Amino acid sequence: MAPAPSPTYSAITLNINGEKHTLPVDHRTTLLDALRERLDLTGTKKGCDQGQCGACTVLIDGRRAVSCLQLAVAAEGRVITTIEGVAEGEDLHPVQQAFLDLDGYQCGYCTPGQICSAIAVIEEHAAGWPSAATQDVRPEAGVQPLTAEEIRERMSGNLCRCGAYVSIVEAVAQAAEAAQPPSGGSGDGNGATEAEAAV
Amino acid sequence: MTTTTGTAAVTPSVGTAHTRVEGREKVTGAARYAGEIPFADLAHGWLVVSTIARGRIRAVESAPVEAMPGVLTVLHHGNAPQVDGEYVGLLGKPDPTVTLFQTDRVPFAGWPVALVVAETPEQAREAAEALVVRYDEEPHDVAFSAAHPGARKPEDPSAETEKGDLAAELAAAATVVDAEYTTPEEHHAMMEPHAATARWDGGRLEVVDSNQGSMWVADELAKMFSLDLGSVRVLSEHVGGGFGSKGLRPHQVAAVMATTVLHRPVRVVLTRRQMFSITGYRSPTVQRVRLGADAEGRLSAFGHEALSLTSTVHQFIERSADYGRAMYDADAHHTVNRVVALDVPTPTFVRAPGEAPGSFALESALDELAEKCGLDPIALRARNEPEAGPVSGLPYSTRRVIDCFEEGARRFGWADRDPRPGLRREGRWLLGTGTAAATFPSNAMPSTAAVTAEADGTFTVRITAADIGTGARTALTQIAADALEVEPSRIHMRIADSDFGQAMIAGGSMGTRSWAWAVTSAAKELREQLALGGAIPEQGITARSNTAEAIGALAQKERHSFGAQFAEVAVDTATGEVRVRRMLGIFAAGRIVNPLTARSQLRGGMVWGLSMALHEEAIRDRAFGSHVGPDLAGYHVAAHADVPPIEVGWVDDPDPDDPVGIKGIGEVGIVGAAAAIANAVWHATGVRHRHLPIRPDRVLLAGTAPGGDVDA
Repeated sequence: MAPAPSPTYSAITLNINGEKHTLPVDHRTTLLDALRERLDLTGTKKGCDQGQCGACTVLIDGRRAVSCLQLAVAAEGRVITTIEGVAEGEDLHPVQQAFLDLDGYQCGYCTPGQICSAIAVIEEHAAGWPSAATQDVRPEAGVQPLTAEEIRERMSGNLCRCGAYVSIVEAVAQAAEAAQPPSGGSGDGNGATEAEAAV
Repeated sequence: MTTTTGTAAVTPSVGTAHTRVEGREKVTGAARYAGEIPFADLAHGWLVVSTIARGRIRAVESAPVEAMPGVLTVLHHGNAPQVDGEYVGLLGKPDPTVTLFQTDRVPFAGWPVALVVAETPEQAREAAEALVVRYDEEPHDVAFSAAHPGARKPEDPSAETEKGDLAAELAAAATVVDAEYTTPEEHHAMMEPHAATARWDGGRLEVVDSNQGSMWVADELAKMFSLDLGSVRVLSEHVGGGFGSKGLRPHQVAAVMATTVLHRPVRVVLTRRQMFSITGYRSPTVQRVRLGADAEGRLSAFGHEALSLTSTVHQFIERSADYGRAMYDADAHHTVNRVVALDVPTPTFVRAPGEAPGSFALESALDELAEKCGLDPIALRARNEPEAGPVSGLPYSTRRVIDCFEEGARRFGWADRDPRPGLRREGRWLLGTGTAAATFPSNAMPSTAAVTAEADGTFTVRITAADIGTGARTALTQIAADALEVEPSRIHMRIADSDFGQAMIAGGSMGTRSWAWAVTSAAKELREQLALGGAIPEQGITARSNTAEAIGALAQKERHSFGAQFAEVAVDTATGEVRVRRMLGIFAAGRIVNPLTARSQLRGGMVWGLSMALHEEAIRDRAFGSHVGPDLAGYHVAAHADVPPIEVGWVDDPDPDDPVGIKGIGEVGIVGAAAAIANAVWHATGVRHRHLPIRPDRVLLAGTAPGGDVDA
């Protein structure tokens, strides 16, 4: 229930999935708890509540963030996208579809965080952001292939205890490939699925 | 209309890949787990756990906390409702860890001492953290070791099996392996924390929970609170992983106590830290394996002694020494599971209880024996295939373990392997490959199911099954479709509601097999009723099943799933880092209902084996008696970057005595995987690692000299 405004509460407006929500929040409330307990957006999961598992990953101003380490009052004015906001109506986002088709999950509890993270990974990679797995980080090297190793490195903040990692990497690779406009083919292209198949 | 089955030729669904029937809900965030169902007037409970490892509660200073904003009540041993702790449930008497607040005794660090309930989670948490509990502390003992004077053989007659003269056979053997292996305390660490919301609704207790068996939890709660089973309903639609931990735990009991006192719905969600002390874990083990073989590698002596720990309030035995009872025979054969009670939380079932740590020790020891005999590890195992159960003497229902090895060897490229260790180098990495066998019991337990032919031409299946990520909901949909000879899209699969009646829990690799049997039986009965013809009334036509009699009539046999694990590792001798480069698992595990989800489940087990081999280790502080870093940073489970390509396959192996041919695949995937990795590390470096996890410091201290084995 919504407590009455007091020195420990503030009315804030959150921009979530393109909708504005005005609500009084306890200053101690995390963004994660505001989503789950106050706005009934329970797709964002609480796995550890201390920033270690990635289950609560959402997109804030287009970048992934763990919503358990962010106070709701600090999220005012930011553009927040949760798992409930990534599909286009009935059409699943390509990452969602790939997780569904390739069984990139088991219990499903880490899945919203994995999917939000994967969406940002694909964008970060396409924008040329390097990771610890990137072989050549010189600016002139351009965008390196999104290999399975790159995906594993970039997705490592999202734990999956069921151990669905292999399928998740395949799903991210498939969605990334679908997102890329067909190019003249520099380098060896997307290596993830090939690497899996080569075992 | 008239509902028909089997009129048109319908392609069988069992054996074909089917995406999860609840998949869309899971990828869109629409699937609601236990802590996510909205309730009007919901209050929030927060547990307070002990900070001492042994002693008595002198005072719970609740008055200042009760005056804090939003606080509704503080429950503790001085005011909590009395419950029955002497009842007998599915697994015997309850662990006193769940009969909350009935005593002032504190038997371990992290023991529940109070529940604070408030209007909001923030208020409950702050009040719980502010609650002062005073203790009279007593000395504690949490130091687990093989030499502990309290180690004893439990009274259970199945703790030990013995035939022949082990000492004489060892003395006469051409080759002997005698080694000690250890595994650390390991945790389930499923992603969804335990959560329950309880309320009284029209005289019935309703609990929305995250568990592995709604009827199991309903039965335990009914007994503990002295209620009729019919007045308790437990629902558990989506479960974010279980792995053995999600039975009756303090959160459900706390929620039921609080809703009974407050007359409004109460939700209790455990914190990640609390999960480390009150939701069970796998005991550490010390295992001594003694093997004696003749010049051809045939086992003449087989000894496996395992020690695990338990709490002082409840006995749970990690039965590591059971592994060889079904797996390997010898003229002299001795297995024993011992236990020591310490001032620690109660351990419990964790994925492949017994077999996971037992297979690490035994399948490592067999690799050592193969090395000493100059035999290929697969040839050694082929030479020691038993005709019948080594202890029981019973025939195997099927045992295709060597077929798994042969198929695996072909796919892995095992024939090209040079058996000598420490020879392959690639830059800073030493490379090696290893293999190990896998096995896990295959059983079925009595269950009931109901199948309804609806007036609209669809079918509704009701069974108190649980889908904890296994894919059971999808597999049962396929099984029901085939049994009714209709498309899976015509099946509504409803599970995880205790009102549907008694059924097996999701555990012991028995869930899907047990439920499939009941669903198949009810569908058969329904088809017989529908064959009589006539229109379907508005409420449908329902047939019910109970498999107790059929399962009771099963012949006594050794029934198990089997497998062969392969791993390739790279070891950095400068940093001590071990990287697994690829894994392959081939399984003989009954009929595979859904290849898509089965592959995920078997692979998931292998990821657990990798995680067990290299990462997982809960550390207990001997001075304070509690964990060091009980969270997902302090307790590392395999992450994306740790997990290489993992290939999974199977050989055709339907169980001849099961209506669907199922054996069970939930646990066999982890078994042997850690041993295959440890054996690969030996092949890479020449050093035997007998202590898990194979941490960088252990690799560094051991060096790479062949024979420089890690025994401490």
